Amino acid sequence: MSQVYRLSNGGRIDRSSVLNFTFNGQSYQGYAGDTLAAALLANGVDIVGRSFKYSRPRGIIAAGCEEPNAILQIGASEATQVPNVRATQQALYAGLVATSTNGWPSVNTDVMGILGKVGGKLMPPGFYYKTFMYPQSFWMTYEKYIRKAAGLGRAPLENDPDSYDYMSHHCDVLIVGAGPAGLAAALAAGRSGARVILADEQEEFGGSLLDSRESLDGKPAADWVAAVVAELKGMPEVLLLPRATVNGYHDHNFLTIHERLADHLGDRAPIGQVRQRMHRVRAKRVVLATGTHERPLVYGNNDVPGNMLAGAVSTYVRRYGVAPGRKLVLSTNNDHAYRVALDWHDAGLKVVAVADARHNPRGSLVEEARAKGIRILTSSAVIESRGSKHVTAARVAAIDVQAHAVTSPGEWLDCDLVATSGGYSPVVHLASHLGGKPIWRDDILGFVPGEAPQKRVCVGGINGVFGLADALADGFEGGVRAASEAGFKAVEGLLPKVLARQEEATLGLFQVPHDRNTARAPKQFVDQQNDVTAAAIELATREGFESVEHVKRYTALGFGTDQGKLGNINGLAIAARSMGITIPEMGTTMFRPNYTPVTFGAVAGRHCGHLFEPVRFTALHAWHVKNGAQFEDVGQWKRPWYFPKGAEDIHAAVARECQAVRDSVGLLDASTLGKIDIQGPDAREFLNRIYTNAWTKLDVGKARYGLMCKEDGMVFDDGVTACLADNHFLMTTTTGGAARVLQWLEIYQQTEWPDLKVYFTSVTDHWATLTLSGPNSRKLLGEVTDIDLDKDAFPFMSWKEGLVGGVPARVFRISFTGELSYEVNIQANYAMGVLEKIAEVGKQYNLTPYGTETMHVLRAEKGFIIVGQDTDGSMTPDDLNMGWCVGRTKPFSWIGWRGMNREDCVRDNRKQLVGLKPVDPSKWLPEGAQLVFDPKQPIPMDMVGHVTSSYAANSLGYSFALAVVKGGLKRMGERVFSPQADGSVIEAEICASVFFDPKGDRQNI
Amino acid sequence: MLHIFCPHCGELRSEEEFHAAGQAHIPRPLEPNACSDEEWGDYMFFRDNPRGLHHELWIHAAGCRQYFNATRDTVTYEILETYPIGAKPQVTGKGASPQLAVSGQGEKV
Repeated sequence: MSQVYRLSNGGRIDRSSVLNFTFNGQSYQGYAGDTLAAALLANGVDIVGRSFKYSRPRGIIAAGCEEPNAILQIGASEATQVPNVRATQQALYAGLVATSTNGWPSVNTDVMGILGKVGGKLMPPGFYYKTFMYPQSFWMTYEKYIRKAAGLGRAPLENDPDSYDYMSHHCDVLIVGAGPAGLAAALAAGRSGARVILADEQEEFGGSLLDSRESLDGKPAADWVAAVVAELKGMPEVLLLPRATVNGYHDHNFLTIHERLADHLGDRAPIGQVRQRMHRVRAKRVVLATGTHERPLVYGNNDVPGNMLAGAVSTYVRRYGVAPGRKLVLSTNNDHAYRVALDWHDAGLKVVAVADARHNPRGSLVEEARAKGIRILTSSAVIESRGSKHVTAARVAAIDVQAHAVTSPGEWLDCDLVATSGGYSPVVHLASHLGGKPIWRDDILGFVPGEAPQKRVCVGGINGVFGLADALADGFEGGVRAASEAGFKAVEGLLPKVLARQEEATLGLFQVPHDRNTARAPKQFVDQQNDVTAAAIELATREGFESVEHVKRYTALGFGTDQGKLGNINGLAIAARSMGITIPEMGTTMFRPNYTPVTFGAVAGRHCGHLFEPVRFTALHAWHVKNGAQFEDVGQWKRPWYFPKGAEDIHAAVARECQAVRDSVGLLDASTLGKIDIQGPDAREFLNRIYTNAWTKLDVGKARYGLMCKEDGMVFDDGVTACLADNHFLMTTTTGGAARVLQWLEIYQQTEWPDLKVYFTSVTDHWATLTLSGPNSRKLLGEVTDIDLDKDAFPFMSWKEGLVGGVPARVFRISFTGELSYEVNIQANYAMGVLEKIAEVGKQYNLTPYGTETMHVLRAEKGFIIVGQDTDGSMTPDDLNMGWCVGRTKPFSWIGWRGMNREDCVRDNRKQLVGLKPVDPSKWLPEGAQLVFDPKQPIPMDMVGHVTSSYAANSLGYSFALAVVKGGLKRMGERVFSPQADGSVIEAEICASVFFDPKGDRQNI
Repeated sequence: MLHIFCPHCGELRSEEEFHAAGQAHIPRPLEPNACSDEEWGDYMFFRDNPRGLHHELWIHAAGCRQYFNATRDTVTYEILETYPIGAKPQVTGKGASPQLAVSGQGEKV
């Protein structure tokens, strides 16, 4: 039989549109307009999951985002799996496939449940910390199984087929929540002509009006909602976002809205449609109309399926035409909840009794219930419920709230539904995201937002304005205020007439007393999602966890998707009572974004796959691809790593490339090196201050290597700078340092030396750089250029302008390989043609393209450092044995000079850059390996340095490394040892860091 | 995400265009070589970490590439003023009127 709990009429559902869906493999039917939760209840599904810690059966409690139990896995295929969807927020669609996220072998017959029953008392808060503490190394093992047993959904194993995106907006007024207050605010702001965004997390606008008994202007509340939405739709400056949760209130009125555009349409979005969208909104004014969450009462076995929030019962009856039971017992401490009894009664169902904790309730709704003959038990409450898989009875007893005691044995009432209401908590989450402390109000028994610097207005329930007429007025007034503060002239408006009701105060009851004390009473759950009981909170305070943040972390109260929506105030009240203090003295925990969980898809938007990060290609990239290059990522750049021929692996390719450069000529694409064009009359002086060495005497046409330090005297970048004209220089930087160096130059020019006339322009992308390196580079270049390459006319460390391959070029005679080298700079969009010409002419010289790996080997043979590989931000030029590059007599105290003369920087025995030759030339020292002088010393050993660069073979046929060693420069010829993880020890000899052509004869010919 | 008024561009722009560059108004000593190690260490490493008003150096990195200063409340994250290098802050303590400085930034959103 299907939908046995569906009422024969009523609800905002389309009974002509039957939707089939499955839950835990079983087929069910629901109607268009249902949420998954409503459809499950209509079909009498009691148990939707097993609890986190005790594995108790759990049913649906709520009708909105505060639902703690119905956290399901959705998805008909592997790729469309979505974990941890709240069934109360998932619209039903045809073919929906849902499963519980825990329970084994099934939620109905769960093995863990027995453990939970037996072990319940053995699992106090902190159980995991206390039990699985030793040995520490086992925690990883324990955790894996604990997580599996807890079961909170799983990620899909296949790629998400849907697309997600984001949109940025500016608006005058952003209104959060489209209940009565939010709609009224939207009317006021919209009519003023302001740019308004109205966002609401539910499937349709209206909030509490969609299940309200009230009439507005004598008509059903939903009619007013429809009229308002129609009016708002007609306003061109108003953007309406249903199914859109404002999940974060960030600095300076920047809010993020998670809109679910297609989650209600099917397992995946229709082709061509975006599934979810993140709106990033900067709002001049924000109106928070987030309303309230009803608080459940805390009583014995309050987690047995069939125990629900009172308001949720009304929502299911009136909005979905579903009665989640037949015989209702209502337990309340306030007037408003009486509407549930009335709705239930009006639906033709049995109200067994209303237990009201107050002595003599006389409000209008109470009297209405009395007039209908509903049994009302005063000074009473449901103190426990009974039932294994569903409620079968509730025990109602007289209680003394002040003494926190039960004053009569009470009676067991047969029922299959217990609805409770402990009052209403303003939804202050968004108002508190930026740290604003909520303020307790005794008159409403709830926290309201405190003062905050944000330009925001809180209206309606969040403000403690609970009555419908008051909420409408508060909302309208807030909308007027927000719009006028944003610079718009508000228009007068009439609000609908609402029947005024006489309502009495709510009584402060949170945990219902039981005739046994909390520790011995049946479990009284405060946070069902995390299985936190009243007894656990009392225990936590007894064990000394007195701060609310500590109680939260020790018990897990308010963790998970719950984030303190249902359990927060009850938990605080219990902790406060346990310690004999008041709730405001206890205070609340922090509320942080996000309000409800956000999918990774919505966070990533389009920034996934090849759009994850920008990729930079050099002008010659296509040529590298054509010539079989393997690429490596250097920052965002794709650089050729090596160019394998045939079946060559990286080692064979690099060995061949190295040999070709040493024997004849190789070609490297060096375009990625940072290039900064520096101009101005004070350019030279500026270079003097920013580099460690002197630039005063660098002639036009010459180039010089320079080191850059920070004020602490540590090397942070290097490169060659050429003098193009007396007031014009071209600086090169490391590939990864280009942006950093430009900003470094700018900060000094702008903040320290604004009197220096000097200007910087990044020209990295404007020039392509082809490096020809090797003994035959002069011959090869000579065939394609009109520049005089004679060694005296064009000496080492100089540059010339001329035609290369018929294109104007700047040629720099500098070398990073130790060979005769020319770096040919060509305007980037002509570079490919020049490269093709050089490659053609180069065939006769066995011109060999090489990549970064060969570049690294060749430079290391020469002892040339790579900043960031051989340095780590703690090395002075002297540590690198580069004292020759330090201008010790420059008049201006340049950046780094004072720093490198600090006491610690000039002591002996600092780690210094040296070469290492493994004693066994076939052994390779791993980069990063630690070094010791005595491998036989006990652990922990005295570490004296580490390997910075290491290569298995050089053109000399043995392995070698660069390393930093304490006092290494005075230890030439001594041995160091590198103990390896496998127990072996590699022995090496300390040598000079220049392994090849130490006199530089080859580059200077 | 902060909303920052660039005094050079004359516009409120989103934080993602900017980089913070630490505490403002820390001039490099004019004669570094006359500084003791301790004085130099203070200049290099020691910074204030106030609860409340803080003067900070920012760069409009993805905009005009100009550095400027901002007075920010480290508790509320309000930016009370932004001003060019070389200028003095108008908001320096609780006595000052932040409203004045804020109104200078317009209400453009």
